[in-house]
Amino acid sequence: MVEQVSVFLENTTGRLAELTRALGDAGINMRALMVADTTEFGVVRIICDTPRRAVKVLDDAGFGASLTEVLAVEVPDRPGGLADVLEALQADGINVEYAYCFVEPSGDAAIDILRVDEPDRAREALARAGIALVDASALYEAD
Amino acid sequence: MYQPEFEAMGRSELEALQVERLKATLERVYAAVPLYKRKFDEAGIKPSDVTSLDDLPKLPFTVKDDLRAAYPYGMFAAPLRDIVRVHASSGTTGQITVVGYTRGDVDRWADLMARTLVCAGATPDDVIQVSYGYGLFTGGLGVHYGSERLGATTIPISGGNTKRQVQVLKDFGVTGLGATPSYALLIGETALEMGIDPKELPLRFGVFGAEPWSENMRRQIEEALGIVAIDIYGLSEVLGPGVASECIHKCGLHVNEDHFIVEVIDPKTLQPLPDGERGEVVFTTITKEGIPVIRYRTRDISRIVPGECACGRTFRRLERISGRTDDMLIIRGVNIFPSQIEQVLTGIPGVAPHYQVVLTKRGVMDHVEVHVEVAPEIAFDEVKALEALRRTVAQEIASALAISIDVKLVEPKSIQRSEGKAKRVLDLRNEGGTA
Repeated sequence: MVEQVSVFLENTTGRLAELTRALGDAGINMRALMVADTTEFGVVRIICDTPRRAVKVLDDAGFGASLTEVLAVEVPDRPGGLADVLEALQADGINVEYAYCFVEPSGDAAIDILRVDEPDRAREALARAGIALVDASALYEAD
Repeated sequence: MYQPEFEAMGRSELEALQVERLKATLERVYAAVPLYKRKFDEAGIKPSDVTSLDDLPKLPFTVKDDLRAAYPYGMFAAPLRDIVRVHASSGTTGQITVVGYTRGDVDRWADLMARTLVCAGATPDDVIQVSYGYGLFTGGLGVHYGSERLGATTIPISGGNTKRQVQVLKDFGVTGLGATPSYALLIGETALEMGIDPKELPLRFGVFGAEPWSENMRRQIEEALGIVAIDIYGLSEVLGPGVASECIHKCGLHVNEDHFIVEVIDPKTLQPLPDGERGEVVFTTITKEGIPVIRYRTRDISRIVPGECACGRTFRRLERISGRTDDMLIIRGVNIFPSQIEQVLTGIPGVAPHYQVVLTKRGVMDHVEVHVEVAPEIAFDEVKALEALRRTVAQEIASALAISIDVKLVEPKSIQRSEGKAKRVLDLRNEGGTA
């Protein structure tokens, strides 16, 4: 499993800048950031180095941050790559709450982050489909 | 004036009448209401010790908690067979307070409300639309009985269904309106939307109360509806509407002093203040039979306006209520205590019991937004879960308070904490605040 930092944010000017500055000042490097927003609030999802320290840094800076366990999957960077992954999950009736991707600068694969309602069954389904999970240590400096 | 023999009474004659009625009331409650007997005994005072108005400060106060504890009938001074009507007021944390009226009380109340309507310029020739709610709330039936007593044509439409209110206002040739001030404005706006200019209707006066309103709002109502707007005051624990009313000079609310003794006290020292000084308003009923109250602390802040009024009424005037000594809010005529909101929040996982109530005007109606902090220990990574949480909080608060509200989720620890009393309420209603 991969640890994602989740932050509840009000939709106010400059709040996201403050959040990223707090992480930057603590020397925490982000690999991916995704914002889900409504008119009133947003949820920021971050994959970064030392996620546990990141939560503490954000809490101390007055943010409501927490850790969420998500799956990270390496998807070949070609058309239909993500569809293969999602179909494997759908075949087992596993619900994907949300997903987002980022591309590793070094390789030719994309990393897909998946939040599913049944992580254990999801892992089995992906294994059966021959889709490899990415270990946390490959993505960020764990703590 | 409806009853000039009382309303324009000489002050010394009035005070003699007050003492006489006060003494009778004290005897009555001492004999009939165990709470008063206990309170008087503890204060070491007997009804017979009171011989002038100067003795009033020796009497113990009555507070809303006394009425709550006596729920439902514990403070009635008349047997239930003599009670012909009950009303109740919305209260905090589910406990309402109940008041009872004898036939004589209902009769005197009708007179007092007829006085109120005449204060606004009403005559038996008027057609009065009563758009206050009818029911346990005293507003609707209070104005209704006064209007009938005066001999005006009375339309008991109650609140709600605003388009129909406008239609009736126009078709029935209504000349007088009774409503909460915010509802009067909504009726005016709705009329315009329906292509009816209220200024061109025969409507010429309105009696408005049951919620705090400002001079600014009076001007808005008077301009929008083309009427004279009169502030009226009352509370169910003392009577309902009919305790005090402005006259057409609009320079303070004449207290019906032949039925109620008014005092203004310092809410900290509890000592009476001289006329002109601002403090908490305290009433003693001196003609009520069903549920008399002795030195009832209203928590409303006002002062006695010094001097005489050009209308000829000798009753002293209370300035427009400027605030409360407790944190009670009156929203669309409903009494709300912020503690009710706190109680709801403590029962919902996912939010912290930290909140702020923000009151604004949306159009002319009060709009309530409750800002609630999400709990820091709960992991939120899904918008869906947060939306569901927001809906749950809104529904639970609306159901506990009986008014609709909006909820805004805010970040943990973002609501200002302060030493002592938290700033729970941000009231922007009279500052042009809009949402």
